[in-house]
Amino acid sequence: MTIQFNNETFRDDYSFRNSDWAIKRFPFPFHEDSYMYSVNMEQHRGGPEGSVYEKRFDVDEHYLSEMQDRAIVLAEDPLRCQSLPHMTLAGWDTLELIMVSKSEDYPELFELHRDGNRWRWVNKPMKIDHTFTFLDETTLPCGPLEYITRQTQGDFAVLDQRDEMLWMDAGMVTTQADWSLDFDIGMNFFEWHAPVPLAHEMGIFKRALKFLLNVQQGAPARRLNWTMTVNPLLDTSPENYHKWGIQKTTLTPENIGAKQHLRVELQTFFRLPRSNALLFPIRCYLIAFQDIVTVPKWGRRLHRVVRDLPEELATYKGFIANRPVMLDYLSQYDDGLPTSPGVWPDLETEPPLAK
Amino acid sequence: MSKFQFPESIASRPVYGTLEPRPGKAHLMIADAEGAEAILELASQDAALMAKTHIIYIPKGTDFSEKLRALKPAQFYEGPSYDASVQRIQKVLGDAHMGLQVYLAGTEGLMGQAMNEAVSAGIPASAIQTEHRGSVARRMQCVHCKGITEDVVTDPFVCSHCGLNLFVRDHYSRRLAAFQGVCIDAEDPGNVPEPVELYK
Amino acid sequence: MSAAPQKAKAGAEKIAVTVSAVVPLNDLVTRFEFKRTDGAEFPPFSAGAHTVVEMQDGDRTRLNPYSLMSDPADRSIYAISVRRDDQGRGGSLFMHQKVKVGDAMTLTYPVNLFSLDLRAKKHVFFAGGIGITPFKAMIAQLEQSNGNWELHYACRTPALGTYADELTNAYPNKVHVYYDDQNQVIPLEDLLDGQPLGTHVYVCGPTGMIDWVHATAAAHGWPSENVHSEEFLAPQPGKPFEVRLCQSDITIQVGEHESLLEAMERCGVDAPFLCRGGACGQCETDVVEAEGDFVHRDHWLDDEDHASGKKIMPCVSRFVGKTLVLDR
Ligand code: HEM
Ligand code: FES
Repeated sequence: MTIQFNNETFRDDYSFRNSDWAIKRFPFPFHEDSYMYSVNMEQHRGGPEGSVYEKRFDVDEHYLSEMQDRAIVLAEDPLRCQSLPHMTLAGWDTLELIMVSKSEDYPELFELHRDGNRWRWVNKPMKIDHTFTFLDETTLPCGPLEYITRQTQGDFAVLDQRDEMLWMDAGMVTTQADWSLDFDIGMNFFEWHAPVPLAHEMGIFKRALKFLLNVQQGAPARRLNWTMTVNPLLDTSPENYHKWGIQKTTLTPENIGAKQHLRVELQTFFRLPRSNALLFPIRCYLIAFQDIVTVPKWGRRLHRVVRDLPEELATYKGFIANRPVMLDYLSQYDDGLPTSPGVWPDLETEPPLAK
Repeated sequence: MSKFQFPESIASRPVYGTLEPRPGKAHLMIADAEGAEAILELASQDAALMAKTHIIYIPKGTDFSEKLRALKPAQFYEGPSYDASVQRIQKVLGDAHMGLQVYLAGTEGLMGQAMNEAVSAGIPASAIQTEHRGSVARRMQCVHCKGITEDVVTDPFVCSHCGLNLFVRDHYSRRLAAFQGVCIDAEDPGNVPEPVELYK
Repeated sequence: MSAAPQKAKAGAEKIAVTVSAVVPLNDLVTRFEFKRTDGAEFPPFSAGAHTVVEMQDGDRTRLNPYSLMSDPADRSIYAISVRRDDQGRGGSLFMHQKVKVGDAMTLTYPVNLFSLDLRAKKHVFFAGGIGITPFKAMIAQLEQSNGNWELHYACRTPALGTYADELTNAYPNKVHVYYDDQNQVIPLEDLLDGQPLGTHVYVCGPTGMIDWVHATAAAHGWPSENVHSEEFLAPQPGKPFEVRLCQSDITIQVGEHESLLEAMERCGVDAPFLCRGGACGQCETDVVEAEGDFVHRDHWLDDEDHASGKKIMPCVSRFVGKTLVLDR
């Protein structure tokens, strides 16, 4: 199918919208009516046709607008993209992985022509047609990681692997759930996860690290994470928290359906071949509460998850103060009927709202 | 008493130990203020150590310098401030060879910054010894303007660069040698609690 | 989330290859070169990576890990060099005696448990005998990125100095070869002395050499993070023993010349693995019950784990005793 790219904003007037297509394929993160941290990893080898899991790097209707938003963030704060000196090779690995994947998965949008190290990259939606020399930084306008991630949705952390540990030594981070690359760069797996409640004690990070150290070339993995955001603001950064934090206080029973968004991250893990580093793309999908509840199963389930979420998690995710007004809204869409297992909308088989 | 028992904390916060002599052809000790006491105790454990030791010391108004000099280290330098000593530290590390042992003692700010230099020079953090002595003041980075405020002793505090009211988040970056300061009244402008002394 | 639940297969992804060259290098070592059967390019790899070679030896499947020693920049071939081990379990003999140009074989995707530390200001390599192979790839990679390296290579005799002449000719100032039969010894203490801060040392060779480098470096105040080693252990033969696998609900016999992992595979149990050499941790298995003694041979578990009797690495470790029940 051809994708119609939206012309929309993730700031100021917030004109971001999901089409019906985007709503149906939204990566709803709850496979049951409750949520707790777990080592929820699985292979990333495609998924149902049309789903966000199908391609290695999903491209959707928000592509061009997200790339514009990234350009705005980088112009204001270049520290959002950083790479320690030894990570340049991993940057080229990332560029190669994304260019090869996108040109194979979306041939009508992207082309890669390789003649030895002479590469021509064509990005039709962004109107880029560029010939450069692979592994020669002087032939790109910026570093390889920045170059390719200015053209790819989602944030990217690039982890060096040394001494049985992962180190966050490079990244492009402009659509983050309130963490700072500039602060975290150089940290190891346990250090950057330090602020997360409960999961350390549950042994989750120890097991997750063991899994990640063994992610192999040709066998990528994925998991989902989620949080809540008021207004479709991609750049919920600590850097700008003193500017956007106030928006969290603007929810009313009247505007919550349009303003409150569920924010889901599709996180994938790729072993990079030349550097042996690990690439961690974090793709952010936003959906307004009023759009989620158009899927009866999701409306029921979201109410139950938000209601029963442990206080530590609601606090860490930053919506403890808004939880009552969220529950008032969501309870309208929960008739108490059971929900089918799994994440899919099941529109044909799940009953309509009986309220 | 210059020793302080830090409360149990999160994984990114450094854990400080007690300096002990290690085998090595050369030893570099960097300390400020009461950190001198840790070096004096270290020296008392191994009489041969000082002949191979270079001490870089920033007194910060204390008077341990003569005692340190009396240890007769191979090289001794007293600097007026950490900033004034950085280039010397970089030169020493740049000229050094594998096997150099690094010992850091004193305030968190000094140890964090010197650790950073040693790591950049190629010594893994886990091989660098640290011992906290003296002030428990924290070195804070404002996550908003990126400015560093030294010697923070209260929570919340005012960023010395952009003037925002920041709370002390218990998250530490080795690369910045600083804890994270985050705007405390973003969701309720003007509502800034009374500052409380750290660890009280 | 389980968007598309698939059960992960054990081991790394596989590549069908055809043997494109068999090059005897000396009395003991032969190089094998492979092309992809589908004509495509091989995946790029990082120097230090190994591949697991699947050998169809009659009705027996042998899986042996070998370091990739070809130039990582050359995606047209993968190459390994195999030392014949007449006392071994037969994998190297199979390679030497049975494998011919044109044969179809299977390799796994590269797995790297011995990678370069790309932050290093300098890389110093210590090779013993066939331990030279990963350094061939590392040298090729560092030459392309103008890396700072030197090699110290101990061989038994000039005739058995695999790649010694080739390397010396190409890099006369960086390669230093020491021959046992001429009583030449790597001057390790001198070499460790005076290296600039940020130097990393890598050693690949016999166990004794690896231990010697680690111990000497530690005594000279080197941090353990700056000393890297890789040693593939071949599973050792041992007395047959019986194991009960409680998840699979079967009891199996481990023969004298097969590993516990191989026995599980022979009985149709899809047990996890990557390196098959006790180094990667993938095959770690919980012990449910044991009456007898473990013969732990892996590098993965720590001493405490070994002593606990609660874990075993089936790719290299064995058991002597009455009862062994595993959670697999
Ligand atoms: C190597 C790749 C990964 C990177 C770079 C990464 C990075 C991060 C970062 C920066 C945070 C925010 C911490 C803060 O508050 O400052 C975070 C949160 C978290 N991470 Fe990871 N992570 C990775 C892999 C994983 C894996 C495999 C798990 C598996 C369980 C995991 C579980 C979590 C959890 C549970 C949170 C808290 C999220 C929330 O409640 O919203 N992470 N991660
Ligand atoms: S398979 Fe690697 S340790 Fe057993």
